[in-house]
Amino acid sequence: MSASDGRGGAPGLGRRLEAWLPQIVVSPIFALSFFFVYCFIGWTIYISFTKSRMLPVYELAGLLQYERLWATPRWYVALENLFVFGGLFIVGCLVIGLVLAILLDQRIRAEGVLRTIYLYPMALSFIVTGTAWKWILNPGLGIERVAHGLGFENFKFDWLINPDMAIYTIVIAGIWQSSGYVMALFLAGLRSVDDEIIKAAAIDGAGPLRTYAGIVLPMLGPVFLSAIIILTHLAVKSFDLVIALTGGGPGYATDLPATFMYAYAFQRSELGMAAASAVMMLATIMAIMVPYLYSELRGGNR
Amino acid sequence: MSGRTDDIVRPKGARQAVLRVLLFVILGLFAAYYLLPLFVMVSTSLKTLEEIRTGTLVSLPGTVTFEPWAKAWSAACVGVKCEGLKPYFWNSVLIAVPGVAISTFLGALAGYALTKWRFRGADVIFGLMLFGAFIPFQVILLPMARTLGLLGLAGTIPGLILVHVVYGLAFTTLFFRNFAVGVSDSIVQAAKIDGAGFFSIFFRILVPMAVPTFGVTVIWQFTQIWNDFLFGVAFTSSDSNPVTVALNNVVATSTGVKEYNVDMAAAILAGLPTLLVYVIAGRYFVRGLAAGAVKG
Repeated sequence: MSASDGRGGAPGLGRRLEAWLPQIVVSPIFALSFFFVYCFIGWTIYISFTKSRMLPVYELAGLLQYERLWATPRWYVALENLFVFGGLFIVGCLVIGLVLAILLDQRIRAEGVLRTIYLYPMALSFIVTGTAWKWILNPGLGIERVAHGLGFENFKFDWLINPDMAIYTIVIAGIWQSSGYVMALFLAGLRSVDDEIIKAAAIDGAGPLRTYAGIVLPMLGPVFLSAIIILTHLAVKSFDLVIALTGGGPGYATDLPATFMYAYAFQRSELGMAAASAVMMLATIMAIMVPYLYSELRGGNR
Repeated sequence: MSGRTDDIVRPKGARQAVLRVLLFVILGLFAAYYLLPLFVMVSTSLKTLEEIRTGTLVSLPGTVTFEPWAKAWSAACVGVKCEGLKPYFWNSVLIAVPGVAISTFLGALAGYALTKWRFRGADVIFGLMLFGAFIPFQVILLPMARTLGLLGLAGTIPGLILVHVVYGLAFTTLFFRNFAVGVSDSIVQAAKIDGAGFFSIFFRILVPMAVPTFGVTVIWQFTQIWNDFLFGVAFTSSDSNPVTVALNNVVATSTGVKEYNVDMAAAILAGLPTLLVYVIAGRYFVRGLAAGAVKG
């Protein structure tokens, strides 16, 4: 700007402004983030320690809401579902993603096309794919009808409306949607493994299986870690898929913490309990993310 | 299963060929698994209800009809209103375009300022902003609903744009910071000596170099905002619902006969924009996913 003529005389206002410009530009952006993230988190934490129900009250009430939360059977259902869904979802995505990545890493001619096919679900909204899976898993008209057509007359598939099995339909759709992403992560990891190492192993007489299990996989440790972190994060935040597929039902059989929080906040007007459940979710995510981000930022040395 | 070791070890030709075929069969089966839901959606959306009742999921439509598509677009019922997805589709456009533009621009500025004009506390600021990308949004839903109410933006499209901008900033800043870190400091230094200021360096030097980063960021933000459901359902009212919320309502509307073909057509319509972006610019999309994994 026009500050270059300030040389010699007293530093002009323009020059001083120029020196502060980066901070001036960053501070409102940062202030926005800070307000909407940290102040809001603070507010939610505060409300979780009050008696708030329909409307927020700011008088502290100790751990009342947490006691109520942990005395609610529905919350336990949500937590149990999170463990079942999260566990199967993470393991399923890791296994499928890793197998696909290794297979694709064998110098396949159609690799580009296959990769595109494996990954496209990630571009779709969970509401869209949930709608599709709801129809595929439809008791009666869906897979069941296909099996009947193939001659399996007694085949019954009612997981979507069976309270004991409905959570597994969410696992199926979740793995379908996210495993391609894990494949992409592993493939990038495999590509960074030096060809020379693999060749050296081959010269030493290691078969492909031993090469991968003994040499390549241990080198992918950091990729496993990132993938598990990302998948955990996805699992804890899962909301759309449940809403689209089962709506949390039958009853509340497929509730997850995210849908529990939403129901208590916006349908049951239990602000305090909703806030307490949100704080539990935040604590879970933080326990996983903070050490990870810390090591990523330090390790990357940036 | 030994493509990578081909050059060194050559097992018997026949065995190799069998393995190769097996490899393609497995990969092909997986491709079918991923494509099946898309196939079922498209084929169901082209069938008549009669055919859906008599046929199966995987049967091809005998007589192709576009009736369900027309109905999904302009006549399907969302709750009590029967205007199809069209108004909500445009709502999503009205939300996504400014949401993407503003968050990308602010993220670019912040990423640049935090790396090329390093000042005390820049790293702390970045760390604090980055953390915002990983919070479960449930923890901000309640105060956000109240704040939007206080601002007079509750249930409006500008309100939802604000939400998307604020919570997209962490990612856009991350993308541009990772880009700007890789830009040589000496270029910026030289420009400073030539008397170029903060904004002229940004617009004349950084922005032209950052075209691929803009691509990644715009695609990432567009996909996030278009596919969002949580914010849409929490912060908009029926007239300002984005298309994902409307789709869910179409599917959940249970008056009369369940029209699966219309549901599928509606789902495809709602998914089409992001699917197109993925097909056209998949490379950028994948790079965004990788960066979203916080891998430098």
